[in-house]
Order: sequence, then C-alpha cells, then structure tokens
Amino acid sequence: MKQSSLFDIISPIMVGPSSSHTAGAVRLGILASNIYGATPKKVTFKLYNSYAQTGKGHGTDKGLLAGVLGFSVEDVRIKNIFDLPEAKEIQYKFEFLEDFNRHPNAVDFIFEGTQKMIVSGNSIGAGNVEITKINGFSVKLSGEYNSLVVIYKDKPGMISKISGLIQTEGVNIATLVCDRTAKGEDASMCICLDAALNYSVIEKIKKIDDMYVVRHVGKLES
Amino acid sequence: MWENWKVNMKNEINTFSDLLLICGQKNKRAYELVQEKEAFLLDTSIDEIRLKVKKSLDAMKNAIKIGLKSDEKSISKQCGDDCKKLQEGFKAHPALFGDLFEKITTYALATIEENLRMGKIVACPTAGSCAIVPAVLIAISEKFNISEDEQINALITAGLIGSIVQTKVSLAGAVAGCQAECGVASAMSAGALVQILGGKEKQIVHSAALALKNILGLTCDPVAGLVEIPCVKRNAFLAVHAVTAAELALAGIESKIPPDEVIDALTQTGQLMSPLLKECSQAGLAKTKTALKIEQKIFNR
Ligand code: SF4
Repeated sequence: MKQSSLFDIISPIMVGPSSSHTAGAVRLGILASNIYGATPKKVTFKLYNSYAQTGKGHGTDKGLLAGVLGFSVEDVRIKNIFDLPEAKEIQYKFEFLEDFNRHPNAVDFIFEGTQKMIVSGNSIGAGNVEITKINGFSVKLSGEYNSLVVIYKDKPGMISKISGLIQTEGVNIATLVCDRTAKGEDASMCICLDAALNYSVIEKIKKIDDMYVVRHVGKLES
Repeated sequence: MWENWKVNMKNEINTFSDLLLICGQKNKRAYELVQEKEAFLLDTSIDEIRLKVKKSLDAMKNAIKIGLKSDEKSISKQCGDDCKKLQEGFKAHPALFGDLFEKITTYALATIEENLRMGKIVACPTAGSCAIVPAVLIAISEKFNISEDEQINALITAGLIGSIVQTKVSLAGAVAGCQAECGVASAMSAGALVQILGGKEKQIVHSAALALKNILGLTCDPVAGLVEIPCVKRNAFLAVHAVTAAELALAGIESKIPPDEVIDALTQTGQLMSPLLKECSQAGLAKTKTALKIEQKIFNR
C-alpha cells in the first residue's frame, strides 16, 4: 500500500466546494492543456455523468476552464472566471452528456488551434485525477510525476531509443505505459519520471524519426 | 534521524496501537514522529514540514475571517447565510454553553459557507468536511491563547488521525458515507483538542475512537448532489461532537472497543452501507419530496 501522507489529510488549500468536482476539475484542466502544449483557439468540454449532472452546482465548468487557462486550485478568481479577460481570449463551450461506460466524473477536452487534440480524463476522488486517453490512445497520467507523453509511428526500437535518451540524463523511469492502434501504425507511450527532464533531451527525443507528439508534462502541485 | 526512519520503515504508523507503541518506545509525542516521517518521505527538513502545515493553518484562519463577514449565497442559491443568522442569534440570546460554543459553531459555518461559495478553504480531510477541524482548533486556540507552535502540533496530530483511518478506508462519502468524511474530521478535531488541553497520546487516540463510535453509519445523501444540504449544518454539529469526545477522553474515559477495532467497524459499516446512500443522491434526504423540488429548481430539470 502506498504510504499515506499527512498532507493528503490536511491539504490541499483549494477553492470549494468539492475536491472531486472543483479541485479535480482544475487539475484535469491543467494536465490536459499541458498535454496540448499550446494556447488553444477553442476548447469543447464534454462532461459525463455526475460531472454533467451536478457539475454546474459545484463549479466544475469553471474549474475545467480555469485549469486550461493555467489557474491553480486555490485561485479565488475561479469563481468569476467567465468574466475574466483570460477567458475571453479563447472560445469554449460545454456539453453535458450521459455515458455509463465512462467514469462517473469523466471529461473530454477537445482542443482546436494549430492542431486538434482530444484528451480524456477522470476525477477519481479527493482531488486526484487521471488522464486516460490522448487522441484515443490509452495513457496513464496522474500529475503525481513529471511525465513524458509521446505519440509515434510503431516500429521496432522506439522504446529503447526514447528510454536510452532519458537514461543519458540519469533520470529514473517510475512507470511506463504503451499502447498502439495496430502493428506498424500509431503508438503512444506515457513515461512517469522521478525527476523533470532537461529541455535538451526533450528536443533530442523530438528529433527521432516518426515522432508525432512529444510533451513533457510537469508534476502537479500537491 | 532519517536513518532511524529507514530502519523503522517496518514500524510505520498504520494503526493506533503502532502509534502508542512507538511513542512509548521512543519517548516522543505523536506529532514529533509524524513530522520526522514526513521530512524523510518528502526529503526535506522538519522546519519545511511545519511551514507547510502553517500554510494550511493560515488558510483556515483566513477562511473563517472572510466567512464570518459574508452572507453571499452559494452557486445553487440554497445556502450561504446561516453563519450570519447564527451570529445575530447569539447577539440576541447568548449560547447556553457559552462563548466557546458560539465561536466553534460560527467558525464552522463561516468556513463551510466559504467553501460552497467557491472561496478558499483547506480540504481537511475533504472539502465537504473542511470546517470541523478549523472550527475546533482555532476557536480553542483563541480562547486559551494557544501559541502558533502548539496549533501546528495539534494540526499535525489531527492529520495523523485521518491518515491512520485512511490506511483502512478511503475518506470519501462515495466509498464509506459521511462517517468517513465529517465523522473522521470530528475524530481528528477531538484528538487535536485533547492535545491542546494537555492530554497524552493514549487520550488522543481514545478521543478519536469515541468520536468515531458515535457517528458509525452516517450516510452521505446530499440534496441535488451538492455539498450543501445536509453538509453545511453537519459541519457545525460535528465540531461540537468533537468537544464531547475530547472532554470524555481527558477525564480518562476510554473506548471499550479498542480504537483500531472501531476503525474496522467503520470500514465494514461503509462496505455494508447501501450504495444509494453513498454520495449518489439516490436515497435518504436527497430523495425527499422537498429535495426533489429543490433539485428541479436548481437545475431546471
Ligand atoms: S453528506 Fe456527503 S457530501 Fe456532504 S459532507 Fe458528508 S460526505 Fe461530504
């Protein structure tokens, strides 16, 4: 069992009213927009199940948008986010859906801008979150670690090339999740790291042939 | 000291009996063990850990300060002015139990109402139960001029109680009902209070057990799925509940069922509790005629 920390119990400092529906929403937004990696022109938020049903009363919509705009969970401006200049810089809309194959607190972010990207995630309780899919690829990302997310063309040797470059930095890999659409087609890799990666290594990884997306996603503040 | 912790990782404090044993062996207070362990786990100094705890403490005080002055309604417009009413009420009729009771109950409402109007609070252990620990801790500290250092110690003790319960059951209404949120917050507050009033570790642990025993089975049936009804008033009730538990324990009264077994009972009760009564608003208060009307009004369903 993972050791429980004092600060799981007497934090986070956050804007209310709900750790899963408000703080969790902000954290999902932060992770998703870090994965997208740029300021989007437009975001469509699809909220499912409990997120859709009780989300408005918990400020889930505000939290998601705030996260995408890079606000922290304790930013008191979240309450009035729809009126802030930051929110007027991008277009956004919310859809409220039901799909019982999805987690009770599930959300899809559909980013449009220089490129289109769909990021899906769940708020799994007590402010903890998980990103489960990027453009349909299964990933596993909780914001607990600095992580590297890569989407590339499936071919032999890719995993060792990438992990080799990480190793030159002396950074330890905590977990690694791979997925692919079919042999020889697109594949994804989600690597959780024990430390942040240097910019230069990320650039080297980007230069490997047939890389489509390479993102270093920073650890979330706890 | 960190080396000690490495050697003693087997002696993790996962139960109340571990806690009493290790405190006895090392002749240390519970909060001392916790701050050493946290410093080791987070690879930092005890001072840094205490600073982080102080941040939570300061945020709690701030929420009370702001909440006491506001009567702004929540997003749903259902709640938000009870703290003001209670303060006015006490002006007209001072509380039977005196000024400390007034402080505890108004601080609890101030904090929880700040939470539901999207103000800044500290989840302790959760957002829905965020007002219980601060109300008790800060009211007592003001009343008896408790130093900030001692307040930090007490908040660490409160956190330890929550984390011991959490090793067996997740502190979420959706998993084990409100007994695991407001109930646990009440147990945490009782322990903090015993510590501030000079009680020893054994009394701290028993105060937590006494508080927990008395709320076993508390369900989570929030109206319209929002952390409002019954959560707001429940925070005030369970803050006062913590004081009873602390007083009994300070008098040397013990839980006849050992504290760790009380947690087992809470865990089992949570498992047996109908899923309809665990945060999904499908039964209990949430399905009353009036609750359904409120729900319709809020969401225009
Ligand atoms: S009733 Fe449910 S939502 Fe309300 S405080 Fe208790 S556990 Fe949280």
